Amino acid sequence: MSSQVPIATGRSSTGIPTGKLAVWWVIASEIVIFGGLIACYLLYRFRFDHWSGFAGKTDTLAGAFNTLVLLTSSLFVVLAHQAAQRKDTKDAFKYLWLTIGGGFIFLIVKAYEYTSKILHGYTFTTDNFWSFYYTATGLHGFHVVAGMVIMAIISFDVRKGNNLHRVENIGIYWHFVDLVWIFLFPLLYIAK
Amino acid sequence: MSEDSHSSEHIHSVGSYVKIWAILVVLLIISVIGPELGIQVITLITAFGIAIVKALMVAAKFMHLNVEKRYIWYLLYTGILFIFLFFTGIAPDIMKSEGTNWVKTDAAYIEKSQAIIQDHALHESETHEKEGATHEEHSSH
Repeated sequence: MSSQVPIATGRSSTGIPTGKLAVWWVIASEIVIFGGLIACYLLYRFRFDHWSGFAGKTDTLAGAFNTLVLLTSSLFVVLAHQAAQRKDTKDAFKYLWLTIGGGFIFLIVKAYEYTSKILHGYTFTTDNFWSFYYTATGLHGFHVVAGMVIMAIISFDVRKGNNLHRVENIGIYWHFVDLVWIFLFPLLYIAK
Repeated sequence: MSEDSHSSEHIHSVGSYVKIWAILVVLLIISVIGPELGIQVITLITAFGIAIVKALMVAAKFMHLNVEKRYIWYLLYTGILFIFLFFTGIAPDIMKSEGTNWVKTDAAYIEKSQAIIQDHALHESETHEKEGATHEEHSSH
């Protein structure tokens, strides 16, 4: 019986493949998680004027560079999806790994930023602003790592020509990670 | 329905995706330059207005939400609705520290501690400036 496809995999009352539907459900719940964090940040930002001063201490250039990196990795993962649709497993594998590379660059820049801020005395406990900064960017960074790991696992399956639909699924997740950063960037780096 | 089945309606060429990416990069550059002017309205429009445009573009063109089933839209609307409920629910608690017959002692404490931090930061920067000035005097002699 183990060779049979599980019932849930092929069942879809919504007309949407189950795997893809599950990813959208994950994203709907992620909206509430990151949205809740951002809502709190906005409220505290309105309440405490000095938060804009701290936002001025973040490295805008590093933040902008990381935005560019994530936007580019989003392009790569959508190209991986397009390659999977063409059943071009070689290209899909290549673009998935280019996306993972983007994730690595993002994390390196983030590590540099964290080090720089901590050395300047801005740690998790310095102020509520910095608590938020490390919580939001840390949680986002964790999502980047998770995406990279899942993508790496999927890529080897895809190279063999199996489960090509998963490229689209991980792509949707990765775009969402990019979307969250699109909002974190102006909140933490630009608006001073 | 097989998981391998792909909806073919949203197959785009490589060029069209690169074009969307290029527009996103241009928007990113504008969102960085705009706030440098220091005008609050322009900062709001270029930082947050453009962020919303970028997010919608990624959702529509890269996540293919523009051709996705309505079910997914309703799912996402529900998530967003919860954020607004959360925001409006906690807003009075954060924005106000006192009201008729009540005082939020915790908020008062937070404000006091913020004032201490700010004083400390100000004192530190003044000390640095003085040290810098002394150093310059010594080097000029």
